[in-house]
Amino acid sequence: MQEMITANRLADGRVVFFAGDAGWSEDFHRGAVLSDAAAKAQALAQAQASAAANEVVDPYPIELEMRAGHLAPKALRERIRASGPTVREDLGKQAQGYAPTIAQRG
Amino acid sequence: MYRYDEFDSAFVAARVEQFRDQVKRRMAGELTEEQFRPHRLMNGLYLQLHAYMLRVAVPYGTLNSRQLRRLADIARKYDRGYGHFTTRQNLQYNWPKLQDAPDILGELAEVEMHAIQTSGNCIRNVTADHFAGVAADEIADPRPYCEILRQWSSQHPEFSFLPRKFKIAVNGGPHDRAAIQAHDIGLQIVRNARGELGFCVYVGGGLGRTPFIAKKIRDFLPERELLRYVDAILRVYNLEGRRDNKYKARIKILVHETGEAAFREAVEAEYAANAQSVLTLQEADIAHMRAFFRTPPLEPRATTSPRIERRRGRDVKFDAYISANVAPHKIPGYAVMTVSLKPIGLPPGDCSADQMDAVADLAEDYSQDELRVSHEQNLILPHVALDDLPAVYDRLASVGLAAPNAGQISDIIACPGLDYCALATARSIPIAQRIAEKFGDGARARDIGPLKIKISGCINACGHHHVGHIGILGLERAGEETYQITLGGSGDENASIGQLTGPGFSYERVVEAVETVVETYKAQRADAGEPFLATFRRVGMAPFKEALYERSAGSDI
Repeated sequence: MQEMITANRLADGRVVFFAGDAGWSEDFHRGAVLSDAAAKAQALAQAQASAAANEVVDPYPIELEMRAGHLAPKALRERIRASGPTVREDLGKQAQGYAPTIAQRG
Repeated sequence: MYRYDEFDSAFVAARVEQFRDQVKRRMAGELTEEQFRPHRLMNGLYLQLHAYMLRVAVPYGTLNSRQLRRLADIARKYDRGYGHFTTRQNLQYNWPKLQDAPDILGELAEVEMHAIQTSGNCIRNVTADHFAGVAADEIADPRPYCEILRQWSSQHPEFSFLPRKFKIAVNGGPHDRAAIQAHDIGLQIVRNARGELGFCVYVGGGLGRTPFIAKKIRDFLPERELLRYVDAILRVYNLEGRRDNKYKARIKILVHETGEAAFREAVEAEYAANAQSVLTLQEADIAHMRAFFRTPPLEPRATTSPRIERRRGRDVKFDAYISANVAPHKIPGYAVMTVSLKPIGLPPGDCSADQMDAVADLAEDYSQDELRVSHEQNLILPHVALDDLPAVYDRLASVGLAAPNAGQISDIIACPGLDYCALATARSIPIAQRIAEKFGDGARARDIGPLKIKISGCINACGHHHVGHIGILGLERAGEETYQITLGGSGDENASIGQLTGPGFSYERVVEAVETVVETYKAQRADAGEPFLATFRRVGMAPFKEALYERSAGSDI
């Protein structure tokens, strides 16, 4: 199962994705896709160090899956976090072009 | 309304500066998240799915136009141009930044508002009947007592670390509009045989994982004894309430496990032991507080308005609006107007900054500068002269706030659900939107009559689904949203917990299931005047169950 590390940024609470050496990105597409155990462990350790450095809050891994031919968070909760409220498509990442490339509803 | 004195102002201002320092230290890394979290929660700041969320207290749901305009300004300046009115008469901003939170609280303090005790295991914002001070059937205005409770409970050293959160509601008339029996303490204002004011006291109500209707533990408590008795309840709870399991820590569990009689005895013993307490209210103190909430000097006017009648005769929507959204005022010639925040297809309780400004203007121009927020997520203009109703209605319509659906099927309570909330297991708002779109606010909704649908996106039940005539609870099963339906709940003076129909329904099919329930009601009702709840209580669950699971095979499970 492919994974990605996510967190909320301390200063403004925005959802961010761990992007390796590039740090954190608000854009799901820029998040590092982690395929093997070693990569996951290393990314999580870096993310936790970032949390300890007060850049982000509560980093954790999320599972990814292919949806309509594109990689997306598996859980609805995480798809909503990565996109924005399904009831306000003018708000959140979906309004900034950062959402995963899939239909958001459901 | 209540105005801050120098102590209130100094207290709130000090809290803002204290929090400013805490945020600074958190940003600088001097506080860890674990250390900081309790501080931010004590100031109403949560971290939700997309961002921080700030919950602003609207004490007992009372606002003036200056305050509502400030809420609008904050929505524009620090948020995304809107706010969400909640089931506890508060307002939530969904997108504030941590670094802006102290400035937001500072701006709130300037208009005598704050976010203190909107979170945490303390006594939360005391809620009240949203028709407080104006209802034609009111015995006494609950707000002076709410304010007394607010002052007493603010930063109360003994009750700032209770086993769990604690919610008090006060209702002023025989019809319970504040859902007091679903609260930790519910206070019903009554008069005894001698005509003295006091309270009928309910304890141990609550929804969530283990719903209970409150138990009445005292028929009459003299008004001067309000704090002394509430203090006794809190002391028993603080000492005996469970701290080993957060799901069993609310007072409802203590009352249930102790038993109603034994709990009453414990409270009465504590109450008697503090007979000399300084908490006994003095007549002058009550009168002082009551003066803040005096009804504005409204001259009685004609009880009928030809202007309204003419408009009703030629404007179906206006006629429907007057029927659904206008209630009698205690002074002849005036009305209490419910501004529905449930326009068809939009998120229940959401209000844009421009709409807030428009309603604030109306309050100033037509309602003695007063407003209320209801736990049903609507706004109230409490003092509108009958002759002014058409003008107010037209101005509301111009900002999309003239939905004529108060108390009807599309006047749905819904928590933010999985679209915003970190605790949610399923979405609530889109279910509310689809139900509202299905039934509308026109002839079909009017034919269905009074019907309260309440939707929660998780077991914590912020959407009060247990006391909905139709309750919907969103859960997650194997990665999919599923929705349980309960029927027959009620949050009024004849309170009841809804009964589960059976297996849940998928996101796609739940609205269809609600339609099946409604059509079954229509087939079963004695006549067009028998409301849903009365029909359900008369015929029971069987016909609904049959329609949902046997005839339509509607369940997905």
